[in-house]
Amino acid sequence: MSMTESAGTAVAEHTGHVYRLTGVRKDYAQKGRTVRALAGVDLEIEAGGFVAIQGPTGGGKSTLLQLLGALDRPTAGAVELAGTDLARASNARLGRIRAEQVGFVFQGFNLIPTLTAHENVDMGLEPLGLPRAERETRVTEALAHVGLADRADHRPGELSGGQQQRVAIARAVAKRPAVLLADEPTGNLDEHMRDEILGLLEGLNGEGLTLVVVTHDSAVARRASRRLRLEKGLVRDVSG
Amino acid sequence: MYWTYLRRELGGRVRQTVIVAAGLAIAIALVIVVNALSAGVRDAQAQALESVYGVGTDLTVTGAAAEPGAGGQGPRFAFGGDEGQSADGTTSLSQSRLTTDVRRGTLDASVLGTVEDVDGVAGASAALSLTNTTFQGEIPDPSQFAQGEPGQGQRPQGGADGAGGSSFDIASFTVLGVEPDDTSVGPLSAVSLVDGRMLEAADAGQDVAVLDETYATSQSLAVGGTIDVGGTTVQIVGIVASASASADTASQVYIPLDVAQTISGSGDVVSTVYVQAASADAIAGVQSALQEALPDATVSSQSELASTVSGSLSSAGSLIANLGTWLSVIVLAVALTIAVLFTISGVTRRTREFGTLKAIGWSNGRVVGQVAGESVVQGLVGGVAGLAIGLAGIAIVNLISPTISSAPAANELVRAGTGGGEGGLPGGGGGGFPGGAANLGQAATDIVLHAPITVWVVVAAVGLAIAGGLVAGAFGGWRAARLSPAEALRSIA
Repeated sequence: MSMTESAGTAVAEHTGHVYRLTGVRKDYAQKGRTVRALAGVDLEIEAGGFVAIQGPTGGGKSTLLQLLGALDRPTAGAVELAGTDLARASNARLGRIRAEQVGFVFQGFNLIPTLTAHENVDMGLEPLGLPRAERETRVTEALAHVGLADRADHRPGELSGGQQQRVAIARAVAKRPAVLLADEPTGNLDEHMRDEILGLLEGLNGEGLTLVVVTHDSAVARRASRRLRLEKGLVRDVSG
Repeated sequence: MYWTYLRRELGGRVRQTVIVAAGLAIAIALVIVVNALSAGVRDAQAQALESVYGVGTDLTVTGAAAEPGAGGQGPRFAFGGDEGQSADGTTSLSQSRLTTDVRRGTLDASVLGTVEDVDGVAGASAALSLTNTTFQGEIPDPSQFAQGEPGQGQRPQGGADGAGGSSFDIASFTVLGVEPDDTSVGPLSAVSLVDGRMLEAADAGQDVAVLDETYATSQSLAVGGTIDVGGTTVQIVGIVASASASADTASQVYIPLDVAQTISGSGDVVSTVYVQAASADAIAGVQSALQEALPDATVSSQSELASTVSGSLSSAGSLIANLGTWLSVIVLAVALTIAVLFTISGVTRRTREFGTLKAIGWSNGRVVGQVAGESVVQGLVGGVAGLAIGLAGIAIVNLISPTISSAPAANELVRAGTGGGEGGLPGGGGGGFPGGAANLGQAATDIVLHAPITVWVVVAAVGLAIAGGLVAGAFGGWRAARLSPAEALRSIA
């Protein structure tokens, strides 16, 4: 069984696409003014796809990623993940969706510095309430999958940037999510490590995991199967 | 995973953990020591009361205090012209007087019967509190001063120093006239026999006495010997000591009540009636009934008696109650504030961490539980340390065993230390008894302070520690719960 078999396969079988966004708008109140980050986004993301989202800073990329990750709700419109409208789901439901169906990878890795690689990956499984043996198996498999089986006892401070990002990816995929959302996953890495991480992500995508990556790096975007440009709150497909 | 995360987090910020735990530890140690000292002072007060009023005395009935300045009839010494003449013309004088307390009125002895007739009174015993004062001295032949011519080289002779000088000595001891057949209530209920026998019913009207062991030893008196009480030679039949290891007896000499009344010439009066109520619930009712039956007398309960115990015992109690308690409260408040601020600051610093945890599916409850758990463990560490410090403090107090003196109101002469009575004593009104209160001795009770360790103290310490951790954790958890994962992640983007 691959690392991505569980929720991802179920979504693909159910609908054929992971996300369907309809008329999504997101406004922020900032210093007494309303700032419109998304101005009516319509978008569908196929299951098993590798989507890269590019655009200028402040164009709404991170906002869109947070809506896709059930971290926030749109001001208007619908964000459906595997048939569930995230705009109308309860906080508890959003929490369960984040725990079971969505994996996150951040630019800054966001590992807990006091925990080892093994424990950091285990933190991602904590909300699932799995038996200890099952968790142990998944953590070991995930670390092996990203090539860090021999670094399980190392803390983030003892790992390189690329290795830390691998641990973050292991933490995200150990839960076997439907989709992996990555926000500038190679932003803090040099070219060599960027290629390593990209190779890893492509491998996961090859196993059926849906990838949505926000990036400024055109080299990363070129590896995606679909490229979107987010500008002034609107999405354009620039896959050509 | 919960405990691993918690342990690693606390271990990863040792300095903060130590500061919070140390603050709580100091506060809890203070609370423990102050509580133990308070309990110790309470015990000491109870011991002081027992030594004066006896075990099981719930109420006392006493005469109203004399008006200030009115002055009672103090010991008065009168000598005849031919008294105490010696061969060389020196006059040696010695006289004992047994007097009642000049500061406090007496009650007619019939009061005892009135008290015993009141409903709810289980037992009552009367006593007459007296002071025996002995005047002893020598004066030279006064005639040699009249006959001698100045400047002729004739030096005065005789007297205490052989050169015409005089010497006077005044000694005193406390005497309690008690009912010899009743030792169940009153001062004799708080003593135990060391040698000889206690007073018995058959001793009524007999010139017999029981002595306090300390006094007997200091005066080299023993069973079978005699003692001069108010000019009457009284046979010593027993030696007693306080039933409490850390308190003295109420008086130095105990004699039958009727003998005390006769020797002192006070008539058929008593100073105090000791009352035992049928039950603790009945005390208030009995007090009211006694006050109604005896409007001119003063009826005091145990709590009121406790307030009459003065001296450093009272000062210590007051110090602990006021300064100690407030100090504990302030330190506890400061420690809690530090714990809360550190916890909130920790949550703020860990915004990215908690945002990430929420992003990967951790529920609010799980995050709050983690924050609260860390605070409670910090509190527990502080609690255990505080308990250890507190117990060590109590052990040091018990090792030092500080002595606290108490001056019970029943022996106000000691505190007053002033004559002021008609005729008074040598030294004049206000000059006091020579040698001061120390010579009257017995009434000032030295009590060893013990700070007891109770299960309650341990439970309170642990409870305070957990409560402190929970309060800090509640604030931190509330802050963490309000954290939106999107905002948390945006804030570090």
